[in-house]
Amino acid sequence: MILHTLNQGPGNPALLENCLTAMTATDTLLLIEDGIYWSLPAYADTLARVPGRVQALESDLTARGIKTALTTVDDTGFVELTINHDKVVSWF
Amino acid sequence: MIFSIIVQAPPVQSQGAETALRFTRAVLAAGHQVHRVFFYRDGIHNGTDLASHPQDESSLPAQWQALAQEHNLDLVVCIAAAVRRGIVNEGEAKRYHHEHWNLAPGFELSGLGQLVDTCLQADRVVTFGGRS
Repeated sequence: MILHTLNQGPGNPALLENCLTAMTATDTLLLIEDGIYWSLPAYADTLARVPGRVQALESDLTARGIKTALTTVDDTGFVELTINHDKVVSWF
Repeated sequence: MIFSIIVQAPPVQSQGAETALRFTRAVLAAGHQVHRVFFYRDGIHNGTDLASHPQDESSLPAQWQALAQEHNLDLVVCIAAAVRRGIVNEGEAKRYHHEHWNLAPGFELSGLGQLVDTCLQADRVVTFGGRS
């Protein structure tokens, strides 16, 4: 159970690909900062390949004016995710 | 639960340091403990005392200082990363024969041993990087 955070968008597709390689079905991917842009409809096929759960940080969605069908968390929820998982891997 | 935060993102060029600050606030607000905030690589620029921001923008170094004062946080700036980027305290300024120093009050310079200690002491280590 690992929480992966990813802070870069489709401008750096290799970062998400590397993250996907490292993820397992019990892991969670939290999109933060520019990573939020992966939640745009254009990248739905890519996100569908994530083996575990995908969530997005609320304030970064709001800052970029993006609405998503993904589960969202606020900063408190982000902290809870780090507690609910064994460790945190940050992709940046 | 005990958290340690590693900040590798600079205060202006990317969003990572701001995310780290918000996350640290949320950790403290939830009643958890922050063992240390370790500033590494370009993250050391969060420790400058000389950044001047427009009045309608917030200063991350100042916010780190205020949070540290309120919660008695240990803000450690990697000494090797800092001196090569021009962030020094009085002691390092003298060692390298500089006439000025610029490490903000509330921050201290220390080595990678503190980073290892940070990882060992905490239940969770969360890293915030740059390039975003």
